Amino acid sequence: MAKNKTLSYFTNGILTENPVLRLVLGTCPTLAVTTAFMNGIGMGVAATIVLVCSNVVISLLRNVIPQKVRIPAFITIIAGFVSIVQLLVKAYAPAIDKSLGIFLPLIVVNCIILARAEMFASKNSVIPSLLDGLGMGVGFTVTLSVMGLIREILGTGQVVISESLTIPLTSALGIEPMLLFILPPGGFFVFGLLIALSNKIATMQGKKAVENMGCENCPSKSACQLLDEEKQNTEKEENEDD
Amino acid sequence: MTNKLIVSSSPHIHTPDTTSSIMLDVIVSLLPASAFSIVLFGWRAALIIAVCVISCVLFEVLACKLFGHDITIRDLSAVVTGLLLALNLPSSIAGKNIWMAVVGSFVAIFIVKQMFGGLGHNFVNPAIAARIVLLVSFPVQMTRYYAPFSNAVTEATPLSNPQVHLTLKELLFGTYGGSIGETSVLLLVIGGLYLMIRGIIKPIIPVTFIGSVALLTLITGGDPIFSICSGGVMLGAIFMATDYVTSPTTNLGKAIFGLGCGIITVIVRSGVAVEGVSYAILFMNLLVPHIERITVRKPFGWEAPEK
Repeated sequence: MAKNKTLSYFTNGILTENPVLRLVLGTCPTLAVTTAFMNGIGMGVAATIVLVCSNVVISLLRNVIPQKVRIPAFITIIAGFVSIVQLLVKAYAPAIDKSLGIFLPLIVVNCIILARAEMFASKNSVIPSLLDGLGMGVGFTVTLSVMGLIREILGTGQVVISESLTIPLTSALGIEPMLLFILPPGGFFVFGLLIALSNKIATMQGKKAVENMGCENCPSKSACQLLDEEKQNTEKEENEDD
Repeated sequence: MTNKLIVSSSPHIHTPDTTSSIMLDVIVSLLPASAFSIVLFGWRAALIIAVCVISCVLFEVLACKLFGHDITIRDLSAVVTGLLLALNLPSSIAGKNIWMAVVGSFVAIFIVKQMFGGLGHNFVNPAIAARIVLLVSFPVQMTRYYAPFSNAVTEATPLSNPQVHLTLKELLFGTYGGSIGETSVLLLVIGGLYLMIRGIIKPIIPVTFIGSVALLTLITGGDPIFSICSGGVMLGAIFMATDYVTSPTTNLGKAIFGLGCGIITVIVRSGVAVEGVSYAILFMNLLVPHIERITVRKPFGWEAPEK
């Protein structure tokens, strides 16, 4: 049982609480960088590294960080790891750095990373935080690369793996690609259809579909501090009323 | 849903109109322009119309089955969407690019209409959305027009090329290159008048739409007659902007809607793109909920509460 629970910290992020499709977090990089398969993988891996490292460090420091300044503290830790990742990518994968552009440093404000710090790492011990970061990161990476793959195939008719390796698909048959899919509206189309698909799978498993966002419908509400505070506030008010 | 509606006691007003009778009237009103497009552009127009209508109906069946709705092809709305989409396409896609018409039908019926809940729930006009998706996806193929009565000569439209001068007669009959159903102004107006006489559409949206395009073109120093007889203004204003689901319900709301369409059309034409009718209608479709909110009719005897 204990083993299952540890494992579920990891699988949670991939399926039941997929950060992009179930929690609808990190929408900005999801829509912006998924014009190509490799961009999706690059973004996903970079965010995963930052997520795992920041989750571990925040979990270690969770008893040291004062409650009132926790967000600035989280951001400082995350920013440190983003700088490291950014410098590494610039040095060893300049092509990915070029195509991700501003979205690489913007990982600092990626809400998946901040949300996991706030909801999970600041309340759990190191090993679960590590697994949670890894699971969420893999979920993010898989979703981004699937989106990138769909958009690149439909939008350009080929898949570019590296400068020297391009897999031609429909472009080889002379079929015109649908440019729409590598433009912003195509991103929204694919994103919406993937959420619909994940809702379908979720309802088939007997879970609630993502319809209205907001605290009540959030799959992470059990772990949410905001909701706890709200509850405490309303309880306090009720007590005062009495 | 039905059992939630409270029916008050009689007398009730009864209308013989049903969704399918209205849709049938729309189809009848589009027949002259569709038939003439076949005269102008030959088998290509016939093929595009057939492919669009058939694939729209098939996607409707498929989507209804997949999403577990009742199959709604009998209300003929899918046929109307297919026909309107066909009339919005250039004749040059008939041939090896005819699959683009199928993609357009998929976008119109499957994504825009059925994924949002079917007829009455689509947030924009399905045919307009499909046309824009195709235009953005295939900019070259979607703007390559054949001249009428010819097989291979591509020709610029009067809107895209100011060198092409047309007489009023040519503009009215539509004997020039363009989307297959948009060129024949005369037959589109006849179709529109039929719909107005039958009481299917009110003249407010077409009049404010076409009027504001003419007026704004006149103010900005263009030829008002040319501006309303070229491009998609007539087809858009009469048949696409008046779609019940995606246009306001009150008269004031309809006037605001038509005016907005006209203004956006002229703005887009004056610099952003060659033709702006479809963008204008799409954009105003999205504003309809807000127009409805500001033009809600006051109940008789209602007074604003004092502040």
